[in-house]
Amino acid sequence: MQPLQILHPDGTLAAAPPVGRDEARRLFAAMVHARVYDRKATAMQKQGRLATYAPFEGQEAAQIGSAAALRPDDWMVATYRDAAAMWMQGYLWEDLLLGRIGDERGGSPPEGVPVLPPSITVGAHMLHAVGLGWAERLRGEDRIAITYFGDGATSEGDFHEAMNFAAVFTVPVVFLCQNNQYAISMPVSRQTASATIAQKADAYGMPGVLVDGNDVFAVLAATAEAVARARAGEGPTLIEALTYRTGPHTTADDPGRYRSGDEAAAWRERDPIDRLRAHLRAEGAWDEAWEQGILDEAAAAIEAAVARAEALEVWHPREIVDGMYAEPTAPLLRQRDALLRDLGES
Amino acid sequence: MAQAINQALHQAMGADDRVVLLGEDVGRTGGVFRVTDGLQEAYGEARVVDTPVAESGIVGAAFGMAVAGLRPVVEIQFMGFTYPAYDQIVSHVGRIRNRSRHRFTAPMVIRFPYGGGIGAAEHHSESTEALYAHTPGVKVAVASGPRVAKGLLLAAIEDPDPVIVMEPIRLYRAIREEVPDGPTIVPLGVAEVVRPGSDVTVVAYGSMLRESLRAAEVLEGAGVSAEVIDLRTVSPLDADTVIASVERTGRAVVVAEGHRTAGMTAEIAALIGERALYSLLAPVERVSGLDTVVPLKRAEQYYVPDAARIAAAAARTMEA
Ligand SMILES: Cc1ncc(C[n+]2csc(CCOP(=O)(O)OP(=O)(O)O)c2C)c(N)n1
Repeated sequence: MQPLQILHPDGTLAAAPPVGRDEARRLFAAMVHARVYDRKATAMQKQGRLATYAPFEGQEAAQIGSAAALRPDDWMVATYRDAAAMWMQGYLWEDLLLGRIGDERGGSPPEGVPVLPPSITVGAHMLHAVGLGWAERLRGEDRIAITYFGDGATSEGDFHEAMNFAAVFTVPVVFLCQNNQYAISMPVSRQTASATIAQKADAYGMPGVLVDGNDVFAVLAATAEAVARARAGEGPTLIEALTYRTGPHTTADDPGRYRSGDEAAAWRERDPIDRLRAHLRAEGAWDEAWEQGILDEAAAAIEAAVARAEALEVWHPREIVDGMYAEPTAPLLRQRDALLRDLGES
Repeated sequence: MAQAINQALHQAMGADDRVVLLGEDVGRTGGVFRVTDGLQEAYGEARVVDTPVAESGIVGAAFGMAVAGLRPVVEIQFMGFTYPAYDQIVSHVGRIRNRSRHRFTAPMVIRFPYGGGIGAAEHHSESTEALYAHTPGVKVAVASGPRVAKGLLLAAIEDPDPVIVMEPIRLYRAIREEVPDGPTIVPLGVAEVVRPGSDVTVVAYGSMLRESLRAAEVLEGAGVSAEVIDLRTVSPLDADTVIASVERTGRAVVVAEGHRTAGMTAEIAALIGERALYSLLAPVERVSGLDTVVPLKRAEQYYVPDAARIAAAAARTMEA
């Protein structure tokens, strides 16, 4: 299987791009913006302002390109590493930050944003996208669902159950696997003996598509086709986007222990942002000042998001039981009162 | 009891289009215990879904449906087969409301048969409700007969939060009882004093209610007046009803079919210790299953508590 490619790594075209110049510039701006966030979050973690953070640098095309194929009301169920995709679909940077600061309110996107809080467990969430898409189909709506997961997640039993349910019930769902080559320290060869993840789709009776995940045009084109199939009632698609996380698994990890610097350097040559920049520049659609403007705007927007997230007051211990049920149960209320007594708050 | 549950499902599906049923063999054959008989004919294959054999898949997909605004009612064939779905329940179903601070919720029902008494195969007699009562964010109701089964299930389907409803296998065909025709609800989190008494409180639920009522008959013959409480919901637990009763009687026997250690009897005894110790005239007695796997048919009766063991425990509290 050859991965679908529209932009060569040097930015020249292998095929006609799926979008025009303005949209290509919008994708570029989004990828740059997302990278600013990622680097800011990594820096904040080092300063002790965030809990462990899972950087996505290197995977911007896979996330931005796929999310760009969605309608604003399509469901998204993604992971701890998918902040860029979630942001594209309406989740706020400040809410993503809040989750990493350690505040449940970060799990509550603005009303109407159809994005579930990021899944921390590996694998289980793929089924949630199946249920969401299935519900829309039962109601006769044409909303679809997309789920993001890594190569490691395809080893979980729930990957099988999700793929199987989706295909058996023709559910409008897109499975977007970012094969970033590693699950923490283990290379993809330790997750599967299959030549590709995409080919697993075959066994479930759905199309499987292999794309160059650092080629934003290819990811967008493949996802748009999968979304169109789903919306037309033709069922699920598995997309494997070949990419690489250039940073560590999380800020707690040292990739030097399990992969070579040469390998990482080779992938940096395939950087998704550099690639699109080269293309835009060749088209006369890029200049330094424009990119600087994006960087400045992103930095300002993200600083403002950080400020809002950090300014949110810690909730009163009285509220600790409020999230569990629509109304706190009698045992929870007694436990809360005992806590308040112990804290001298009563 | 199977008929009463079936009636509840009919009424819920008839009244609310959002209610969908998912499970293994629930449609065409109406489920292992025929609880869902006739529902697929009545409401179609889209709403009564025969799923692949995949419990995590069923619960995980139902969770997504619930988040999207449907009201899925899942059947798992036996409690012993809920464990593949436990991760979905503990990691997602019970958490989404809190981790999204109410933005997303999962109002769904997971119902299944549980418990021994019919000499079933291995894994078919589990009574591990303590696992689920120990799981934050879900409620756990246990049916003790047709009327309560119907009322709890209707309440569970209406509830804004996920509810597990357990149905004692041995009662599906065993108990006949007048059940109100209408959609009468049994509120979650509210225990019922089924038989008033003055000497000893017997706290039970599910399959153990009938045994406890039988024990109360025996005790009455011996001049002991037992008050029998049906908890009906083990999470949230209606401690107030239990405590009020124990304060009156001064004695308590706590009964559950599940394992002993860290089981429901431990929780209830601890609550009595915390809140009614000075009313006690005798140590609290526990009657429960053992910390063994449930024995197969030939030795099952040594494991599952019965009326005689409950009555003996009550008699011990009277001697103290
Ligand atoms: C069920 C579960 N098992 C283990 C973990 C710990 N863990 C977190 S991320 C991860 C690796 C996942 O790799 P992959 O799916 O390839 O995604 P990536 O992190 O590379 O984006 C593991 C094992 C977890 N979060 N959940």
